[in-house]
Amino acid sequence: MNAPNRAGWRPEIAADPCEDRAPPTASGNRALALEEPLIFELGAAGKCGLDVEPVPGEVLPALAKFRRRAPVALPGLTEPEVMRHYTRLSRQNYAIDLGPFPLGSCTMKHNPRLDEKLARLAGFADIHPLQPRQSVEGAFEAIAQLADWLLALTGMASVALSPKAGAHGELCGLLCIRAALEARGDPRAVILVPESAHGTNPATAAFAGYRVENIPATAAGRVDLAALTARLGPDVAAVMITNPNTCGLFEPDMKTISQAAHAAGAFVYCDGANFNAIVGRVRPGDLGVDAMHINLHKTFSTPHGGGGPGSGPVVLSAALAPFAPLPLVRRDAAGHATLIEEEDAADTAPDSFGRMTAFHGQMGMFTRALAYILSHGADGLRAVSGDAVLNANYVLRALEDVLDAPFAGSGPCMHEALFSDAGMAEGFSTLDIAKGLIDEGYHPMTVYFPLVVHGAMLVEPTETESRAGLDGFIASLRSLAERGRAGDPALKTAPHYAPRRRLDETLAARKPVLVWKER
Amino acid sequence: MRYLPLTGDDRRAMLAAIGAPSIEALFCDVPADCLLDAPIAGLPGHASEMAVERHLAGLAARNLTAGAAPFFLGAGAYRHHIPASVDHLIQRGEFLTAYTPYQPEIAQGTLQVLFEFQTQVARLYGTDVANASMYDGSTACWEAIAMAGRITRRKRAVLSGGLHPHYTAVAQSMARFTGDELHALAPALVAAPDDDAVIAAIDGETACVIVQYPDVLGRIPDLARIAAAAQATGALLVAVVTEPVALGLLESPGALGADIVVGEGQALGVGLQFGGPYLGLFGCREKFLRQMPGRLCGETVDAEGRRGFVLTLSTREQHIRREKATSNICTNSGLCALAFSIHMSLLGGEGLARLAEANHLRARQTAAALAELPGVTILNESYFNEFTILLESDSRGIVRALADRGVLGGVSLGRLYADAHGLSNALLVAASEMTSEEDITALCKALGEILTQVPA
Repeated sequence: MNAPNRAGWRPEIAADPCEDRAPPTASGNRALALEEPLIFELGAAGKCGLDVEPVPGEVLPALAKFRRRAPVALPGLTEPEVMRHYTRLSRQNYAIDLGPFPLGSCTMKHNPRLDEKLARLAGFADIHPLQPRQSVEGAFEAIAQLADWLLALTGMASVALSPKAGAHGELCGLLCIRAALEARGDPRAVILVPESAHGTNPATAAFAGYRVENIPATAAGRVDLAALTARLGPDVAAVMITNPNTCGLFEPDMKTISQAAHAAGAFVYCDGANFNAIVGRVRPGDLGVDAMHINLHKTFSTPHGGGGPGSGPVVLSAALAPFAPLPLVRRDAAGHATLIEEEDAADTAPDSFGRMTAFHGQMGMFTRALAYILSHGADGLRAVSGDAVLNANYVLRALEDVLDAPFAGSGPCMHEALFSDAGMAEGFSTLDIAKGLIDEGYHPMTVYFPLVVHGAMLVEPTETESRAGLDGFIASLRSLAERGRAGDPALKTAPHYAPRRRLDETLAARKPVLVWKER
Repeated sequence: MRYLPLTGDDRRAMLAAIGAPSIEALFCDVPADCLLDAPIAGLPGHASEMAVERHLAGLAARNLTAGAAPFFLGAGAYRHHIPASVDHLIQRGEFLTAYTPYQPEIAQGTLQVLFEFQTQVARLYGTDVANASMYDGSTACWEAIAMAGRITRRKRAVLSGGLHPHYTAVAQSMARFTGDELHALAPALVAAPDDDAVIAAIDGETACVIVQYPDVLGRIPDLARIAAAAQATGALLVAVVTEPVALGLLESPGALGADIVVGEGQALGVGLQFGGPYLGLFGCREKFLRQMPGRLCGETVDAEGRRGFVLTLSTREQHIRREKATSNICTNSGLCALAFSIHMSLLGGEGLARLAEANHLRARQTAAALAELPGVTILNESYFNEFTILLESDSRGIVRALADRGVLGGVSLGRLYADAHGLSNALLVAASEMTSEEDITALCKALGEILTQVPA
């Protein structure tokens, strides 16, 4: 869609001799599409963008034998060069600030700038994790308020806030389960994981020392309840379920699964990556869940930052709460937010399995998430899940005539719409649709996940897309689906308009070049 | 609600388009007894930007900030001056609101930053390669132990008593469940690090030795000597660096023979933030590349032959290998890596050397001033910007008394080592380029007053 010019006026210019093909430039740039060298090609030794104030004195003689002989071989850049380098690089990124980012299971929603501002208040950003407690009571209170909200929203007994990201939260939950099983003298070796699970689930189970067994999905895209209950037994420590699942569907048997697991002496871990679909409407505690991580960087909109930092607090049932890692912030009988760490743990948290990370967790993400939650309130969070699910169903129904939607007959989807590559012309696949979306000005959806669907395309629009924005996205995806069905060869070579064409990933893996070297 | 673009009319029209009577009807798969029909009772409703700001500013005001007090805390988290351009650049929406670069054609900005970051970390650490970041230093340390186990096919790790006790605790939490055997040496309040004890603890079953450089008490171990002893038995040396600025003055661990170097990157560009988010750094020898945890960015070319960057060697990772992955890590610390990289680009090698020297000299001035006080003994024979002082009573009470006087005077070992009572009179004191002569004077005055009031 070009900018409107209803009059149809055009400036008078001479006939363009290069009408079909843009001429090359000497610089490699194309106006605002600017190429940028590496800092190692730009900078020079001896250059510096900071004026370090000199301090009088002499280096401790005992350091002599450890002292480096030459500075670290890194070029310096002055501030104007740094500003230009990173600003130019930033323009080669797609981002949620530029347009829809419908990555399924990633919940790329708008990041409120209020949250950025408040996390940067000196009272949160410029305090040390080991300051004496009396000097950081506001920090403990902020953590406790976030914990209060997370417990109210999930209906759980306790929350461990220190895990650094979703996968770290999964690890925390499984370690709590292991500690609880060992405490009752019943170590078990197996974790059951549905085959539609995120890759982190089996990886985490293995990282925590468990053997992983896969549970199949039904034709309707749900966990095979019969297969799961049949496999439960005295060797099963836990079931790891994602709900809503990665096919974009709610698991209606979740309570039955929890009851069966508990009857067999196992615990229920819920992957909370998809909590955005149900926040304010369903409390996982009511479904019998024992542990669930919450990705603050998904549901509660702390920015993804090009791959982190995240934050993965884990809510726990009463059965697992005593085993939560240190440090903890708890409210005492008077409601005062109190830190519990090693020096207090013998009295207040004797069964804690220990520490998962050096300090309190992702404080910078806690303050952002708390600001987000307070901004929305209980009513706003309920509206979040409602609009997220509505937007996904709108996409699903608008495209099911041109894209195969394997579970469309299963009823409404939750916050993400799943399509497959069935019906594409010979030689055309999900990858081509994804790369075509790049040319259309959108970030592609999640592709080839979940593994239970051939050529999966998982679209999660989130609640922060407008109806007009969705209509534009749907029109682009419809056009690409039609081109894929028709076998348009131009789609095979997309993207055509991105800063780079398709990149050779095989070369990168076969001859890894991971650091810059002078040639 | 200012963040939700759908209007009531939009919702009605969209529900009509999909043939659903209401939004509630879209939740028909949820068992009725688990589906809430109204906002959760007892919780407040939505709030204006102004109201939220007022609330959180009120909480922030209850904390004593490092900038508002003479400040001497370290122990794994360091306060340095962050150039204004760093925070400006990391708040560009194209960096801040992007995802992990799974679609490289429209993520070259993030990917080139990661490639530059990996190169900076490798050169700082003196390793062949480095990854695109871990959560923090403590988790990177456990990942290094696990990686050394995969490489050597041994299950025993020797941990120096100079390793940060939180890092030791993280490893112990994990090892309890993985079956790795950790031989953690006890810390001792002596002038020199425990190199001899570390070397004596190495045996033919040892996968790796973990040595912090400088160690948690500020002392500087002889990595070359420990590396030689470890490698003679087929074990790997894992060096841990919690203060990267130290490497502006001290030789790189890789150059001294460390096989794997991990650490905390927070000191450059990231800020204190009450402990997180921080930035795990991870470097190693190239021959161990395929056993590394975490994301790696590599150089390649596009279909027109232009240089470009992609995430690579992902067959090590959880989304491909699932339970056979080298780690379960997915989201890491991308934006903190960007902040680190910008700060490092501004410094360059020579700026880092000047910064390191300023840190060391401020620490020397602080130590010299403290040594004048009766009842204070400096423990270390070597240190970079942090050292240990010995007092005549439990340092926890002294830290609290200093805070009452508006001075953030250090980290008590009694807090770090809750069950080692022999350490509780010791206090870790860190200085940096931000420490002023007035700060040092204020610390000495307050500590002097407290020590004369509280007889040993």
